[in-house]
Amino acid sequence: MEHYTMNLNLKVWKQKNAASKGKFETFEVKDISSEMSFLEMFDVLNERLINEGKEPVAFDHDCREGICGMCSMYINGRPHGPWHGTTTCQLHMRAFKDGDTIVVEPWRANAFPVIKDLMVDRTAFDRIIQAGGYISVNTGNAVDGNAIPIEKEHADKSFAAAACIGCGACVAACKNSSAMLFVSAKVSHLALLPQGDPERKTRVLNMVTQMDKEGFGACTNTGACEAVCPKEISIANIARLNGEYTMAALSADNSHD
Amino acid sequence: MNGINGKEDDCNNDGDIKIFFSIQLIMPLESKNPSGPLDQKWTNYKGHCKLVNPANKRKLEIIVVGTGLAGASAAASLGELGYKVKSFCFQDSPRRAHSIAAQGGINAAKNYQNDGDSVYRLFYDTIKGGDYRSRESNVYRLAEVSANIIDQCVAQGVPFAREYGGLLSNRSFGGVQVQRTFYAAGQTGQQLLIGAYQALERQIALGTVEMFSRHEMLDVVVIDGKARGIITRNLITGELERHFGHAVLLCSGGYGNVFYLSTNAMGSNVTAAWKAHKRGALFGNPCYTQIHPTCIPVTGDHQSKLTLMSESLRNDGRIWVPKKQNDTRKGNEIPEDERDYYLERRYPAFGNLVPRDVASRAAKERCDAGYGVGTSKQAVFLDFSDAINRYGKIECSKLGNHNPTAEEIRHHGTEVIKEKYGNLFDMYEKITGENPYNVPMRIYPAVHYTMGGLWVDYELMTNVPGLYALGECNFSDHGANRLGASALMQGLADGYFVIPYTLGNYLADEIRTKEIPTTHPAFEGAEKGVAERISKLMNIKGNETVESFHKRLGKIMWDKCGMARNANGLKEAIAEIQKLRAEFWKNVRIPGDIKEMNPELDKANRVADFLELGELICMDALQREESCGGHFREEYQTPEGEAMRNDDRFMYVSAWEYQNGSGWELHKEELKYEEVKPVQRSYK
Ligand SMILES: Cc1cc2nc3c(=O)[nH]c(=O)nc-3n(C[C@H](O)[C@H](O)[C@H](O)COP(=O)(O)OP(=O)(O)OC[C@H]3O[C@@H](n4cnc5c(N)ncnc54)[C@H](O)[C@@H]3O)c2cc1C
Ligand code: SF4
Ligand code: FES
Repeated sequence: MEHYTMNLNLKVWKQKNAASKGKFETFEVKDISSEMSFLEMFDVLNERLINEGKEPVAFDHDCREGICGMCSMYINGRPHGPWHGTTTCQLHMRAFKDGDTIVVEPWRANAFPVIKDLMVDRTAFDRIIQAGGYISVNTGNAVDGNAIPIEKEHADKSFAAAACIGCGACVAACKNSSAMLFVSAKVSHLALLPQGDPERKTRVLNMVTQMDKEGFGACTNTGACEAVCPKEISIANIARLNGEYTMAALSADNSHD
Repeated sequence: MNGINGKEDDCNNDGDIKIFFSIQLIMPLESKNPSGPLDQKWTNYKGHCKLVNPANKRKLEIIVVGTGLAGASAAASLGELGYKVKSFCFQDSPRRAHSIAAQGGINAAKNYQNDGDSVYRLFYDTIKGGDYRSRESNVYRLAEVSANIIDQCVAQGVPFAREYGGLLSNRSFGGVQVQRTFYAAGQTGQQLLIGAYQALERQIALGTVEMFSRHEMLDVVVIDGKARGIITRNLITGELERHFGHAVLLCSGGYGNVFYLSTNAMGSNVTAAWKAHKRGALFGNPCYTQIHPTCIPVTGDHQSKLTLMSESLRNDGRIWVPKKQNDTRKGNEIPEDERDYYLERRYPAFGNLVPRDVASRAAKERCDAGYGVGTSKQAVFLDFSDAINRYGKIECSKLGNHNPTAEEIRHHGTEVIKEKYGNLFDMYEKITGENPYNVPMRIYPAVHYTMGGLWVDYELMTNVPGLYALGECNFSDHGANRLGASALMQGLADGYFVIPYTLGNYLADEIRTKEIPTTHPAFEGAEKGVAERISKLMNIKGNETVESFHKRLGKIMWDKCGMARNANGLKEAIAEIQKLRAEFWKNVRIPGDIKEMNPELDKANRVADFLELGELICMDALQREESCGGHFREEYQTPEGEAMRNDDRFMYVSAWEYQNGSGWELHKEELKYEEVKPVQRSYK
């Protein structure tokens, strides 16, 4: 792999806090190595800004391994930037070339208000989980781990859905700011397991209700979410959620008598 | 022990270098090790500990700092029991705690493989892996509850890997000869944490747990000798807050980032544990640091963190260097007979699956001797070509193809490797730009885990009554070296199965303690101390960034207190850290304001604490004149270069007491081995 260095033009969203209006600011960064990660490029910028007596750019990050779901930059019109199946922190500078202009914004959605610069408030996701994204089993209640065999195919599908890192890129990509991919991943993860079966109906109804309450938009099946999801969560989960929802809603209707 | 009030005057000793420590044997450390046979201790404890009735539980408030595996499982379980819990983390959501990043797996003595595993064997492996520097009773309990953890997680919907028959799958980790590691591809931490997080969110919905995310604990409040609350900073508004609790549980993770570069998440820090230490809690074995052998090597000065390549890869990957020094050929161009599989050569019994400390030192030895690969020469190969070949042949013959071409073998073998480790291989490729299915990975050791931490007794209580430490932030179960896949086990054991009992034993005597109003002078004083320190930091207005100080500290720590340590180097490190700390308090520059979201200020608070901890780590390493586990003193090694313990002099836990502004005092908890006979660890 040949390494190179580059100079870049950054247009970055700056916003002091939730109440204030934000705007783009332009920064130049020089001698960026193609081996750096995207966030390391921001480290370089921030070090320079601090040394110049200016305010650095605030952004969320923690693991820098693509697993905590904390990083969240909207890069050149795409959540997490140009690489497929990749979080912002795993994006590396070899994705860019000398002289490029890169536009960086926060996630934009009513349900994700900006806290500062590129940081947003994603606690809406936690509240959706609170509405039912769990299995009600107190510590100590469990039977032996091998007491209930689970068909490998189901276990694998459940795992694939559970790979969601709750980053919110799906919402940021969607023109309606729908959270369907996230919610469907959680619903699928639990619905595909026998352990999740007893609460299957109430879970999907309650989580969808909460999702609507948080102000996420409706899903119109454009598929933008799947295209940007760093964990490649399949849109087939949304179909599964819809099926689960219809089934649950029907049986809720029938149980009135 | 009392009268510590969070003053920073000790930080301003400019240039005047002294090594402050005295050895104190007066205060006997009470480990509360229950009497009776080892395998009965926990059962007896549970049978006799005090209980709190449900009506009283509702009146007792518990503070849990941290939402990793330890904190989330503790908060959820205590909420289920009916206590009033307040849970804190500095990330935006509890689900993002550093535990999420654990890759390889979690151990449990299930013996599902029928390969000779048992509670005793897990206990024994852990004690031996820890180089005979951990407490038998704690480790036995850990092994005992390990099986319940898997059951609990499966019940919560953790999608562990399964076999075609629908049953749970296992793999091996270093330092053991059985397959007892449960996993969910390379995302075991994520799946376990999501399980605990969901349990936590359920309690939040039920109202038993109140959640405070984006909050950082900046002090412990001690009243009449007991922990009674904490001071936190709301990281969004910058406001300081006071929180009362009948007990305080610290589950704040490890302090590997004192080395600047580590596999830990960027935010992982020592602050919560350090504040407790300054309020009187002893710090146990600070020098025991785990350097993980298989991480992606450093590429340049811009490097902000290091990425682990899970130990599980050593199940199938073979580690080697060229037999020739300074060989610049590509890995796949070097013929078989010119390769030195040095782990298989030196340790035939365990081969590539020797424990981490052994594997790391062996890699360093080869690189130091000039056999390293890559541009920096600070790397060795981790090669999957044999495994791809082996699995490919098996798959072809499963498909009835008994004369497969090399291409067919490669194709099918690659598929198997992809299923097992796909996400790790992808991560490697994203970072390095090289495809590890075609060329061997380049790896090098990196700081990964800290065995040291707050000293706790059998009940996980520090020496400050009512103050507990769980998970990586305590020192308890891993001795001088942790075996792979056992941190997740310990975090969940502490949170799900230990603390619900041991905390009750303490709180049973607290049912008459009314909620203490946070206007109490102790709360006021603690908050004032925090506010003063923050404004002092902000007002330095110097010329150097926090990041730069952190990097400089990390370099001292890595060079002089890293994989190999010696007395001279450690003394130099102590002097350099003292100087650096003085410089920090004179010249750090923090932009922005106090009453707003200010990530640089958050970082400065943490780095200021690392600058004190670093000194203590070096001091601990200096006094321990032996090599054991992750602590390797060059002066103490066998002729073959293996670690040489000194059980006569150092069979103890070092537990350091902070002396306000004048160094530390060392207390010793003697380790008594009743069940296991310590011998020189051998993996040959
Ligand atoms: C890359 C990697 C891979 C690993 N893989 C494995 C593995 O395969 N198997 C294994 O057994 N172990 C593994 N480990 C080790 C294991 O992941 C950790 O030891 C373990 O997860 C620690 O859990 P914890 O609950 O103690 O702390 P953490 O998960 O670190 O959580 C700390 C919590 O404390 C909070 N916190 C900290 N300070 C404060 C403060 N001042 N105020 C408020 N909140 C605070 C944080 O917000 C966070 O919620 C791995 C470690 C790494 C780095
Ligand atoms: S579904 Fe994908 S994009 Fe959406 S939150 Fe989960 S991981 Fe992120
Ligand atoms: S920082 Fe954790 S996923 Fe990017």
